[in-house]
Amino acid sequence: MFYREAGDFKTSYAEDSQTFPIKFDRYRYYVVLLIAFAVVPFIINDYWVNAVFLPFLIYAIAAIGLNILTGYCGQVSLGTGGFMAVGAYACYKLMTSFPEVSILIHVILAGGITAAVGVVFGLPSLRIKGFYLAVATLAAQFFLVWIFNRVPWFYNYSASGQISAPERTVLGVSVTGAETAPWAAYMVCLVFLTLSAILARNLTRGMAGRKWMAIRDMDIAAEIIGVDPLKAKLSAFAVSSFFIGIAGALFFAVYLGAVEVGEAFGITKSFLVLFMVIIGGLGSIFGSFAGAAFLVLLPVLLKNLLVGGLGWPTDLAAHLEFVIVGALIIAFLVAEPHGLAQLWRVAKEKLRLWPFPH
Amino acid sequence: MPEQLVYAMEVFLNGLMAGVLYALVALGFVLIYKASGIFNYAQGVMALFAALTLVGIMEGQVPFAHLINAAFGTDIHHFGWHVPALLAILLTMVVMIGLAWLVNYFVFRHLVSQEPIILFMATIGLAYFLEGVGDIMWGADIKKLDVGLPQGINEAIDEFTFGVFDYGFFIDNLDIVATVIAALLVASLIIFAQYTKQGRAMRAVADDHQAALSVGISLNYIWVMVWSLAGFVALVAGIVWGTKSGVQFSLSLIALKALPVLMLGGFTSIPGAIVGGLIIGVGEKLFEFSIGPLIGGATENWFAYVLALLFLVFRPQGLFGEKIIERV
Repeated sequence: MFYREAGDFKTSYAEDSQTFPIKFDRYRYYVVLLIAFAVVPFIINDYWVNAVFLPFLIYAIAAIGLNILTGYCGQVSLGTGGFMAVGAYACYKLMTSFPEVSILIHVILAGGITAAVGVVFGLPSLRIKGFYLAVATLAAQFFLVWIFNRVPWFYNYSASGQISAPERTVLGVSVTGAETAPWAAYMVCLVFLTLSAILARNLTRGMAGRKWMAIRDMDIAAEIIGVDPLKAKLSAFAVSSFFIGIAGALFFAVYLGAVEVGEAFGITKSFLVLFMVIIGGLGSIFGSFAGAAFLVLLPVLLKNLLVGGLGWPTDLAAHLEFVIVGALIIAFLVAEPHGLAQLWRVAKEKLRLWPFPH
Repeated sequence: MPEQLVYAMEVFLNGLMAGVLYALVALGFVLIYKASGIFNYAQGVMALFAALTLVGIMEGQVPFAHLINAAFGTDIHHFGWHVPALLAILLTMVVMIGLAWLVNYFVFRHLVSQEPIILFMATIGLAYFLEGVGDIMWGADIKKLDVGLPQGINEAIDEFTFGVFDYGFFIDNLDIVATVIAALLVASLIIFAQYTKQGRAMRAVADDHQAALSVGISLNYIWVMVWSLAGFVALVAGIVWGTKSGVQFSLSLIALKALPVLMLGGFTSIPGAIVGGLIIGVGEKLFEFSIGPLIGGATENWFAYVLALLFLVFRPQGLFGEKIIERV
């Protein structure tokens, strides 16, 4: 009824190739942006920001990054945690070395440094494929975490081996450190997420994205039709690591404030982001959002239900969470290998014909 | 003989023993991968689950006691009996076979023609699931496992080497037993695969699913069998590792240790798993011994991966893996 192309005439090429060609989609997008930027910051409190919004926003950036590599370019990576650590430590070193430069620039630079590291660890992907590559990226994960643990230069020789974010402001409002207001932290992450999503969406729609998908579908065939696998794979690693690095920098500086590398960026983080991408949907930007929201909200809900509602012990709820997450992943793969994004697509398809499906 | 060289020899021997333990885990991966093309990430968690179940049965724990207590407000822990080790191992094997059937029935039966990466991710989901179930079923505390395997320093080797080099080597009895067990396990697996009807059927399925189906081999049956075999290998690995370092969560992480072993040896080769395990075991111990102190130690975390990674760049299919031929 509302969701349809009929009557929505395009009179220019620009209109025809816009991101959301259907009017309903477009307005929904504007409404979501409006709520996210103009309503949520005024009504959220500390609990909501720290338990739900910040993890969601940051993981969504990481999931977009991993989705570009795994979903669009078909290179499975288990090194996400390690690359997030690169972003975090790069951001820390930049923040402490150049205190007068804005943190926003630091975060972007941290993404750039992570991209460079990602390209280095992406080099083997030219020779190694499939599972071998997935395991090879574990080398990045363990090596990077080890190096941040063992080389004191990275944590400025602090006694605890931790890094903690100094206080920084944007336009006079502090966004890192203890004085940060919930809405300020939220806004910083939201801005980065919005820009990342727009960038990623347009990259994947354009030539770069088509090359990645060609490599994903069959790399030899792609090579024959003129896609350079070297450039395509390494650019996917670079772009993916860029987003993951930004997510890592925000995770450290804005969300946690102080980080111990093995704990915050361990192998479990790699799997968590990978699960977000699978549950959300491989090869879909919307899926990255959906997957991040799902896996951030699920533990909060379960905890509230089991511990708060039924009064069960916390450790039991934590184990039950493992069971439920595992079962959900399997259920998703069995029922819908393309994830939440596919469900959304099917729903939209149904909506187009509603209420007269014939 | 210079002192350093003697130390290095001891490190080398210990590395070989550690390598055998890695190979034990890697074997389970190879079995499933060969027969069904599934890269079973859950192998390590299966070892943990098997060890937990074994301890639970031996101690006479009530399964899901924690959950039952929480839900109904009861207070139950143990049945109050103790099961002898051998019987407990048999019962655990029954549980593992049941698990194999469930896994096949609920998961992999539905994913037959999916891409390998989807199957891989399903096993990651399975790993999470099993880990949670294991903890809920038997409790998450660290348990001691003692099925009567000998432990502690081997006196004979200690005395012998002391006589020869003036320095006694420390070799754990358990490692020697593990080596013997691993050798027996590999020999019996090879005999099983080569000379029994089921083993032949298994190899046929590994070779070509459709051709195997067309000559009347039941895929479901073979898969349940392969997963049971993997469960058996997991049980053995769980017993050895559990005796060595206690039954606890970190046991499931040995799967991560087995991955570089697999990459080195090739995913499809049983001898590859053994040789890869030995190379990784010796390599990481010697590296830690010689280079480790210079660069901050604890290199064992990543050395195996980096070694495997460098190796793969030159030989993408691993040492003994089948040559990868790609066609458009």
